[in-house]
Amino acid sequence: MPAEKTVTAEDLAKGQREISISEFFVKNKHLLGFDNPRKSLLTTIKEAVDNAIDACEEARIVPEVKVEIKPVSEDRFIVIVEDNGPGIVKEQIPRIFAKLLYGSKFHRLRCSRGQQGIGISASCMYGQLTTGKPAKITSKTNPKKQAHYFELIIDTKTNEPKIVQENDVDWEEKKTGTRVEIELTAKYQKGNQSVDQYLKQTAIVNPHLSLIYINPEGEKAEFPRATNELPKEPKEIKPHPHGIELGILIKMLHDTEAKTLQGFLQNDFCRISPKVAKEVCEKSSLDCGARPERIAIQEAEILYKSLNSTKIMSPPTDCVTPIGEELIIKGLKKEVDAEFYTAVSRPPSVYRGNPFIVETGLAYGGSLPSDELVKLYRFANRVPLLYQLSACATTKSVVSTVWRNYGLSQSKGALPAGPVVILIHVASVWVPFTSESKEAIAHYPEILKELKLALQEVGRKLATYIRKNVRAKEQRDRANLFEKYIPEVAASLSLLTNEKKEKISENLNKILKKSLKDFMPKEEAKEHGKTE
Amino acid sequence: MAKQNNKVTEALEELGQKIVKQIYKEKNPEIEVPIRALSNVEFDKKTRTVKLGGKTSARHFFHIAHSKKFMQTIEVASISYNLLKEDKHASLRDVFYMAKRTIPSTKVNIVDDQTESDSVIEDLELITDQSREQLNVNANKNGSVAGEVIIEDKGDTIDWSKLGSGGWSIPSNVENIKFKKVSAKYIIYMEKAAVWERLHEDKFWAKQKCIIVSSQGQTTRGIRRLLQRLTTEHSIPIYVLTDLDPWGFYIYSVLKYGSINLAHISEKMAIPNVKFLGITVNDIEKYGLQKHLIKFKDTDLSRLKQIANYDWFKNNKEWQKQLEALKKLGAKAEIQALSSRGISFISDTYLPNKIKEKEFLD
Repeated sequence: MPAEKTVTAEDLAKGQREISISEFFVKNKHLLGFDNPRKSLLTTIKEAVDNAIDACEEARIVPEVKVEIKPVSEDRFIVIVEDNGPGIVKEQIPRIFAKLLYGSKFHRLRCSRGQQGIGISASCMYGQLTTGKPAKITSKTNPKKQAHYFELIIDTKTNEPKIVQENDVDWEEKKTGTRVEIELTAKYQKGNQSVDQYLKQTAIVNPHLSLIYINPEGEKAEFPRATNELPKEPKEIKPHPHGIELGILIKMLHDTEAKTLQGFLQNDFCRISPKVAKEVCEKSSLDCGARPERIAIQEAEILYKSLNSTKIMSPPTDCVTPIGEELIIKGLKKEVDAEFYTAVSRPPSVYRGNPFIVETGLAYGGSLPSDELVKLYRFANRVPLLYQLSACATTKSVVSTVWRNYGLSQSKGALPAGPVVILIHVASVWVPFTSESKEAIAHYPEILKELKLALQEVGRKLATYIRKNVRAKEQRDRANLFEKYIPEVAASLSLLTNEKKEKISENLNKILKKSLKDFMPKEEAKEHGKTE
Repeated sequence: MAKQNNKVTEALEELGQKIVKQIYKEKNPEIEVPIRALSNVEFDKKTRTVKLGGKTSARHFFHIAHSKKFMQTIEVASISYNLLKEDKHASLRDVFYMAKRTIPSTKVNIVDDQTESDSVIEDLELITDQSREQLNVNANKNGSVAGEVIIEDKGDTIDWSKLGSGGWSIPSNVENIKFKKVSAKYIIYMEKAAVWERLHEDKFWAKQKCIIVSSQGQTTRGIRRLLQRLTTEHSIPIYVLTDLDPWGFYIYSVLKYGSINLAHISEKMAIPNVKFLGITVNDIEKYGLQKHLIKFKDTDLSRLKQIANYDWFKNNKEWQKQLEALKKLGAKAEIQALSSRGISFISDTYLPNKIKEKEFLD
């Protein structure tokens, strides 16, 4: 036997330790949208702005958000995002901003911008890791009281907030609201996938939002609101049995307050009636009265299969709030200079037990460049998606729609070309993304189908407009041409007859006005060329 | 202004007045233009010429398809009117440039191409019933002539036998030429200038006592008028020498019966006693040209069919035979194919033989 050292379990144990949250973060920051300095800036602003608007809407306050990027040095910036939301109670502030995976949105099924509760604390942590500076939070919950001010860092070993400084401050210009200030290493660059682009698109799909933006160069841009009406408050729904994973079912069985299996099914899911609950129990050979926490894993698996094979009514769809055709058009008009606007809001539909709505908007002509590919603005729950264009279900749908039928040119397998902005919004209680960084919508057949129908509908509207427009333009051109010919003919006739040029012109113009319509071609056949 | 011009300017003034009257009545102004197409010509058996029928079409100003043509017609009418007033002559090319300009604040030219102004001039001839020359518009000089003829042109005496290698070039307007001495037995008109040069170098006209005339391609009005005057005023027969193909046959046809495009002036132009000398299908075998043929293209074949259907060929048995034979041959032969037998074969053998044996198609 060669003298090879045997590794014991104890030896291995020496190398086994808890992974610190910061290590995890550094290794996985690309999953969270911090791949590079430029994207980190965008992600930080995005998380803060999404939270701000969500908070305002939940409190039914018409949102007013101010974003400022202050340059510190060439690769260092301070991001400040201020809202007029309800503020955050003092006790919660440290955990919301300085504890990863803490939030209100992960556990519920309801349309909101953020979903995982990872965003803003990850941004704070990114700032802390790259600059060593704490995140500075100011929040005011009562107009009559002072605001709370915190300087926070995350204990990267324990994932617990550490308060560097805490005191009450005056914040007179706001009744209530929250102000987040994060210093971070980043890169500011304009163009596609820029902060500027993100904010512009956010303004389009949130016409109730008033946004002020000051970029690192000190330029101030204002995006005024187009409506004072807040979107309908989204309803929270219980999960639909067809939309959950086995693991979640097991966790739900464990956590439920229901005393019996039947009760659990009826109360913790939507669309399960007593009759359906009994049917599912029978199918799984489980007792309706069994205690949910006692259900073993194998039994849970059977239950999961029975749930999926049972016909259950689709989930209610009133929990999804569309932007609406009217407001999409208003939003586009506000930010895109075009001559024709249209929008389509599809009726709600369901994928894997999750209700969703697809909406499309389209702007055509005006100052949009006609020799480029169309611009595609993608949104999930009103949040612009700027990365992974080609991986997204929306892009696939636009490419596979035959735009030539609607008056645009298109090469095979490419976006169409023309003076067009296409807006696509997918709203759902749970938008399926292809990855954690939430940049591309997954290709569910139900979603693809709705996308296609919505795009075809705006396509048809566009085609009608183009046709009408082209016809009108042709008529104008013709009238124009006659007008241009008149002085020539009048001059020649005047020479031949000694009549006044002006008088001939005047009369010809009179005839032109009188019956332009009558002169449109109908007897082309009569005049014909010659042989030879 | 010459007296003769009065009549022409009056015709143009009348055209203008007609249109202005319509305009003052707030009617869509129109010009009545006789149709110049096969559908509106007929073969007059009595005079044996192609004659224009009575069909006309109205050219409206306020009509998408007519408007530009209308404008061009009036424009060219005014150009001609000015020429007449100033007693100046312009070429077709001149007229094109006089009309070619961009209408202010558009990208539209009054005329883009000379064919447009040329065609409008032909229309004007019909509308005003005046010939192009009377409108003071001349075609370019085209074609050469040589032979033992002495003429007087604008006070100069010219001897067609003493003009070096180029011969006399035929002007567009030959109305005022006086023939002072004509000694020729016949005239040969040929399609190819190169062939004319061959014959001229060989002094064919001196040896044969004839006049040789050529142009490049389709015969111009000046040449047709010159030939017509020579044959009528001095009773000299005319023979036509062209390539063996439908296009060559049509050159002969135009000389003899008038052209479809200019059917309105056939009477003044047609030369009914013209005879076709060659190249004929029979010549191919007789002179051993089988190896020098060019295969027909589709356009050649369809043109052949068209020509075979023209009234004046249709009712002519000999020509039908010729056309049928050409169709069967499925190929064409150029006059120069004769050079395969020797450079002067055409002047030494081919033409003298043909004329001696009176091998003509009529």
